[in-house]
Amino acid sequence: MSERNQKPLPRIDERSRPYWEAAKRHELFLQKCRECGHYRYPPGEMCPSCLSDKLEWVKASGRGTVYTWTVFHQVYHPAFEKDVPYAVVAVELEEGPRLLTNLVDCEAKAINIGMPVEVVFDDVTEEITLPRFRPVSQ
Amino acid sequence: MGLGYTVQGKVPGRSGMSFYLEATRNALDDAGLNIQEIDGVIIQPCPTDRSVTAFTLAQELGVNLRYGADQQLQGASACAIIQHAAMAVDAGLCNYCLCAFADTSRSAPQGIVYQVAWGTSAAYGMFGVAANYALIARRYMHEYGITNQQFGEVAVAFRKHASLNPIAQMRNPITIDDYHSSRWIVEPLHLLDCCLVSDGGRALIVTSAERARDLKQPPVYVMGMGQGHPFEDPLQRPTLTVTGAVESGKTAFAMAGITPEDVDVCAIYDSFSFVVPMQFEDLGFCGRGEGGAFVEGGRIALGGEFPTNTSGGLLSEVYIQGWVGPHEAVRQLRGDCGERQVPSAEIALVTSSGGVMSTHATLILRR
Repeated sequence: MSERNQKPLPRIDERSRPYWEAAKRHELFLQKCRECGHYRYPPGEMCPSCLSDKLEWVKASGRGTVYTWTVFHQVYHPAFEKDVPYAVVAVELEEGPRLLTNLVDCEAKAINIGMPVEVVFDDVTEEITLPRFRPVSQ
Repeated sequence: MGLGYTVQGKVPGRSGMSFYLEATRNALDDAGLNIQEIDGVIIQPCPTDRSVTAFTLAQELGVNLRYGADQQLQGASACAIIQHAAMAVDAGLCNYCLCAFADTSRSAPQGIVYQVAWGTSAAYGMFGVAANYALIARRYMHEYGITNQQFGEVAVAFRKHASLNPIAQMRNPITIDDYHSSRWIVEPLHLLDCCLVSDGGRALIVTSAERARDLKQPPVYVMGMGQGHPFEDPLQRPTLTVTGAVESGKTAFAMAGITPEDVDVCAIYDSFSFVVPMQFEDLGFCGRGEGGAFVEGGRIALGGEFPTNTSGGLLSEVYIQGWVGPHEAVRQLRGDCGERQVPSAEIALVTSSGGVMSTHATLILRR
């Protein structure tokens, strides 16, 4: 497969490595502040709630709700040409942070803001696993 | 203020620098100034030509600066740079401050910079600026019941204005049916919800009120200015449906000592149709959630109560980031807009916004 037709993979750096290593183990990890308990994503150096630098990686519930979404009709990358129309969804996790992701087992027209979802793991390469989400019954 | 335009729209083969230079020369002509009188330069960096800085531009223009800066608030840079220039002049750091920007995104060989991958989320198929705005639009519709029909009213009104503007990129009038039948780009945004992508440049010269009275054009004065910047990443904001226009507008209106009812003509940053009603809410022209109804029935079209983006705006005139609104507002206050002139316009409100509604700056101008 040519590079042009391969979907882009996340760029992993030192700061985000624990997130992607956890995903590979099929676990969703977030940074949590040891001082005030605030959860953050994307990862950073400091807690934006209390400015403590005592952050630790902890396992998240993997549950959340759809916060907003969009359906792509325009092809911005050749690897997604066969996928359009496809939805990109922002999930608000129970812990607070919002993630951009996709839903599986759910057609675009069935998506609703507020619908409950849970994480599933998609091993897209040997190295990379993408957390995606699926609807759960209420 | 002196205003400089360039050829604009689809203009292949031009460097960013060449547009800064052309816009500057035209702004000097408009003001009746000699280049040697320019002693301040503040630019927004060109997305497609990294060789342009305030200092390389000054070098090309052959001027020694007393004050210079590159200032990047993305789309909000225009109003923010004019504010910066006004403060620099007021502080005595320079007398005539050139403010400029150019973009060649329509024809640049590297492709459209506004359609690139968006960090880690490209793995999920997330690309481009429009999709990020679509996430906000969806939330706006969900929280307040705003509709595509209301977004379409904005697009139709601004296209009507562009049809009266000889330099507009899109001059064919459109109907609300054209809007609804235009293809989806990223739902809930149709093609006609999205601004243009263009080549072109703009320059504007700021000086003191006293010096402005001696220039070729009737002066336009800054009455109020303000800024507001929510978090850069929309998903980390407490809410998606309140923009930096709240703080930006509050500061500007307080400084100007006026209220929205006193504004004769508006130039609202319109990267996408729906951000116009959102900003009207945030600026206090209507209540929270009332922006959709506010833009209905031709109220923001010429002849309506709040004529807005009379040049056609970013949706239909041209996309030179936030630099389209200030020029049109100044021309309205000069009475220089011909067929699209708002009768006896005295006070204009201009906004510009950058990133994904991440930065916001407001100017209130009077003649």
